Amino acid sequence: MKSSIKKNRKNFRAELSQLLGFLFVRISVYTILLVLLFFFYDVSNRGFKVISWEFLSEPPRRGMTEGGILPAIVGTFLVTLITALFAVPIGMAAAIYLHEYARPNRLTRLVRLSIRNLAGVPSIVYGLFGVILFVNWLKFGTSVLSAGLTLGLLTLPWTITASEEALKSVPDSYRHGALALGATKWQMIRTNVLPYALPGMLTGAVLGLARAAGETAPIMFTGAAFYLPYLPRSFKDQFMALPYHLYVMATQHHSIDQAKPIAYGTALVLIVFVVVFNLGAILIRGRLRNKWRH
Amino acid sequence: MASVKKKGLISDLKERLIQHLFEMSGWLALVVLLGIFALLLTTAIPAFKEINLKEFFTSSRWDPTSPEKPEYGILSMVVSTMLVTAGALAIAFPLGLGVAAYLSDVASHKVREIVKPVVELLAAIPSVVVGFIGLTLVGPLIARIFKLSNGLNALNGSLLLAIMALPTVISISEDSLQAVPQAYVEASLALGANRWQTLVRVKIPAAISGIAASFMLGLGRAIGETMTVLMATGNARSFPHGFLDSVRTLSANIAIELGEVPYYTTHYYALFALGLILFVMTFVINLTADLILEKQKRKLQ
Repeated sequence: MKSSIKKNRKNFRAELSQLLGFLFVRISVYTILLVLLFFFYDVSNRGFKVISWEFLSEPPRRGMTEGGILPAIVGTFLVTLITALFAVPIGMAAAIYLHEYARPNRLTRLVRLSIRNLAGVPSIVYGLFGVILFVNWLKFGTSVLSAGLTLGLLTLPWTITASEEALKSVPDSYRHGALALGATKWQMIRTNVLPYALPGMLTGAVLGLARAAGETAPIMFTGAAFYLPYLPRSFKDQFMALPYHLYVMATQHHSIDQAKPIAYGTALVLIVFVVVFNLGAILIRGRLRNKWRH
Repeated sequence: MASVKKKGLISDLKERLIQHLFEMSGWLALVVLLGIFALLLTTAIPAFKEINLKEFFTSSRWDPTSPEKPEYGILSMVVSTMLVTAGALAIAFPLGLGVAAYLSDVASHKVREIVKPVVELLAAIPSVVVGFIGLTLVGPLIARIFKLSNGLNALNGSLLLAIMALPTVISISEDSLQAVPQAYVEASLALGANRWQTLVRVKIPAAISGIAASFMLGLGRAIGETMTVLMATGNARSFPHGFLDSVRTLSANIAIELGEVPYYTTHYYALFALGLILFVMTFVINLTADLILEKQKRKLQ
């Protein structure tokens, strides 16, 4: 009798801890979802009031208290273009090397290790590196080119990893088929691997680029300008960028009250941009994944 | 016959050329990593012609632009960085582990397909936007709760950095919880343990190295984060005494001062020394996490 009470109590305690435990687990998920929702609600609520066609299509006026953010949109686009031209081909080539050519030896492991570690280097450190290498040594000055290349280096580990995932998803039988017919390695890659891996590679690349476009610390000292009344005319010019513009409007402007609405508008444009690219990529990736699962 | 041979030779050459091209791209990652370290090191070294190493690490006074006597002590910035990061992980780690457990043990397949992209979305929010939220939303909230004149302090920075570190903690912890062999779970349930007991006493201990790695990687992410802390912590140069003090982290200090510093001065070199410290700290943390994960992978194979 006594032992059964003891057992019951033990069971009760186990049940209670399970109840509370999973309650905590659920609460942590809801907390994060709520925080995210609140984020989006606050920014879009205040941002939408500012956004108009003029806001998107005109340069800032009157010491950035009026007008739009066109130069920042164009600048971010241009700098991301440079980033893409640098990081996407090299990222793909590196992934092809790692997945198709590299032998599993110590050196390959070292390369993989450095890729993973590069992904963890703080973005401000990339900024410092860009200042020395691109701005000073290679004499690109503070420019679209310097900033784009700095962001390119930052993006590289992401594009490599994403491209390799895409290569992994191509079944080995495709490779064996080509090799059995006498194709050389490159012929095999070109005809039987790349066409199938390319959509996945590009999706990963776009995701990485969307992230790079939102970075501020690496471009602050390599080319982003506080205020420019004109659009950059060449890749050696400075430029305005959305994330840096948001930073400037939020913290550096002399008149906070006039700058704040514009900052909200800029933040919303940036968020919409990131969300659209990410959701797009997630959807495409889901479809690709299902395509191979037959 | 000869032309066939010639053709073979050319295509052979082409093959090798292409392979080398790919190989070089692969090696670039290693070159960049070493390059970052080497350039930071060589740019940081000249700073110590004028700065006493001992003073650099043990003094808490950082005032490089003082006209009488410039001072270069990084102690308060190091402590600030650690304070903000510790606060961030104290929030992000339990929360992240909770979400990971939810994804691996509670959520149905359908719910997981929704929650996972949301977590990825969280990772994609630019840090400057998070900083902006800290400035406009979290700051005033903290000021009201603690009755301060403004809410730009270490607590604000920690809350925001927790958001930045969460996705990392969640995804790595979840991966390692998922990697626990199903047989462990079944054995535990068969012995009469309930699902919570199985999670806490079987799955988490089995996945502990991956979970530890997720903590480390979150830490690495939080230490180097710049824009959020720059915008949300107030950036006071004094030595911090608690979470309600305004603090200036290493990364924020670089961001604040690099824009105004004249090139090739001691101050300029000293900022690169800060960058080098940041680089070494994150490198050691990430490398440790990496080694832990490698080891776990081999063990589970």
